[in-house]
Amino acid sequence: MKQVFAVTRGMLPADTSYCPGCTHGVAHRLIMECLDEMGELENTIAVSPIGCSIVAHQYMNIDMCESAHGRAPAVASGIRRVHPDKTVFTYQGDGDLASIGMGEIIHAAHRGEKFTTFFINNAIYGMTGGQMAPTTLLGQKATTAIYGRQKEKAGSPLRICEMLSTVEGAVYVERVALNSPANVRKAKKAIRNALEVQKRGLGFSFVEMLSSCPTNWGKTPYDALQWIQDAMIPYYPLGVFRKPEDM
Amino acid sequence: MEKILMKGNEAFAEAAMRGGAGYYFGYPITPQNEIPEYMSHELEKTGGAFIQAESELAAVNMAYGAAAAGGRAFISSSSPGLALMQEGISFMCSVEVPVVILNVSRGGPGVGGIQPGQADYMQATRGGGNGDYHVPVYAPSTIQEAIDMICSAYDVADRYRNPVMVLADGMMGQMMEPVVLPPARKASTYEEIRRDKPWSLTGKGDREERNVLKSLRLQPDVLEEHVMHLFEKYDRMEKELVKYETFGNMDSEIIFVAFGTMSRLVAESIEILAERGISAGMIRPITLWPFPVKPFEELSPSTKVVISAELSMGQLIADVKASVNGRVPVRLINRVGGIVPSSIEIADRAQKHLEELA
Repeated sequence: MKQVFAVTRGMLPADTSYCPGCTHGVAHRLIMECLDEMGELENTIAVSPIGCSIVAHQYMNIDMCESAHGRAPAVASGIRRVHPDKTVFTYQGDGDLASIGMGEIIHAAHRGEKFTTFFINNAIYGMTGGQMAPTTLLGQKATTAIYGRQKEKAGSPLRICEMLSTVEGAVYVERVALNSPANVRKAKKAIRNALEVQKRGLGFSFVEMLSSCPTNWGKTPYDALQWIQDAMIPYYPLGVFRKPEDM
Repeated sequence: MEKILMKGNEAFAEAAMRGGAGYYFGYPITPQNEIPEYMSHELEKTGGAFIQAESELAAVNMAYGAAAAGGRAFISSSSPGLALMQEGISFMCSVEVPVVILNVSRGGPGVGGIQPGQADYMQATRGGGNGDYHVPVYAPSTIQEAIDMICSAYDVADRYRNPVMVLADGMMGQMMEPVVLPPARKASTYEEIRRDKPWSLTGKGDREERNVLKSLRLQPDVLEEHVMHLFEKYDRMEKELVKYETFGNMDSEIIFVAFGTMSRLVAESIEILAERGISAGMIRPITLWPFPVKPFEELSPSTKVVISAELSMGQLIADVKASVNGRVPVRLINRVGGIVPSSIEIADRAQKHLEELA
């Protein structure tokens, strides 16, 4: 019988510690599938952040290290200097990347670092238990904004793709969502594009994935995916913000 | 060997390269700016890489990345910058990654000033960041000694898989001295990194197991076991790394303790005191951590006072008191704010201490 599907060997055969309905698992698998298809699994070094996905290395079957909170892009910059021929990526959440690590991500893009960052935006701090993130939507409840985020007190949610697309060194910037089969397929294409841009040495590449956090949103897995569609996508429009001319 | 005249900071940078540093990450801060400046044009000539980091936080984490990848990384800064780097130093100790860190220290607290200071002694020798950990700390007193220390620091860092710090000060960074540079070590090839640092991140390749470098240990028993493992290593360092030298007559009534720039002034003060008919000696710790306890256990019965001479408000003196362990009175001679006392001032104050105890 012809095999039509197999789990990528980029993923280790382990149960993840992520909550039911969390899309980290989807994001992990898409990245690993792309690296597998590119024949890059043995040639890749990745950096996990502080946040739920610090343990990404328990599931991704590649050389990996943890980093201090927000510093993954700096760590990846160091790795890149030692191994210019490897594929290097960081995997970061919105607290890690858009708050404490804003300096590192902007400057990695600014230097045109030849690695890829996968940005998981679920509009909340997951690991620490649901505090407001820079990406938390107005009116969205968080444990540090129990009446919902108010613009007057906490500002408006940051749009990272839009910000990074003003930086010359960021040559591939795309926002995708992990809430439907169609969007997941588009996400995989974006991941592949970003990794190809890195392989071609063109500069910094970045894929933001709108993701779910049913536990801290107080929603069922199904409702969480629906909320991505109804609340997140209108504020965080999907699409390619920057790409090389020939792509 | 040819002697050349070099400014401290440039000599430190050249020493790091010759010691094998292929990767330097730095952020401008006085009085060590000549180091990133020098590295920016010299390091690439050796096949290495330089990044002007966006902050000291980024610099230390870049060094962590380069070292995790098996490269030899060098970072330098001055006191406020070192404060920012503590996050990464703690992290690298936890993950067990070797780098060499240079502090060309200045006066504090806060932004303080840009003149030399030794008030980072506690920060350097106690860890400085969060958690239980240590880094070996070397304190050079001449530019030549700093060169030799920086070069050999890479062997120590690699041997123990731990960061190593060299604690200099702004005086040494800014002055010029004749030095002999050691021959340059060859940078490791990719294959050599995979062979010599089998734990490093080089891409799985044909390795049987992938490599993972981690700091997070959520299970208390697992974390405790890891901390115990680190402290077995620190115990070995305490046995194997301690270095000091003595100067002058160790049977004297006055025994000074001083490191770095202060030890050079104290050496002069000892001569001044000798002219006044007062005999004095000095213990110069070369490693600040692990601290040399032995010379204090061997203090002569004729010693009446041990004097900690330092450019801080009494930091070195804590280790001196612990090592003297109440056998003789311990006194402090210090200046702060970037002021370096004259050797006459030190001699006068030492003489006064001795007279008060008579």
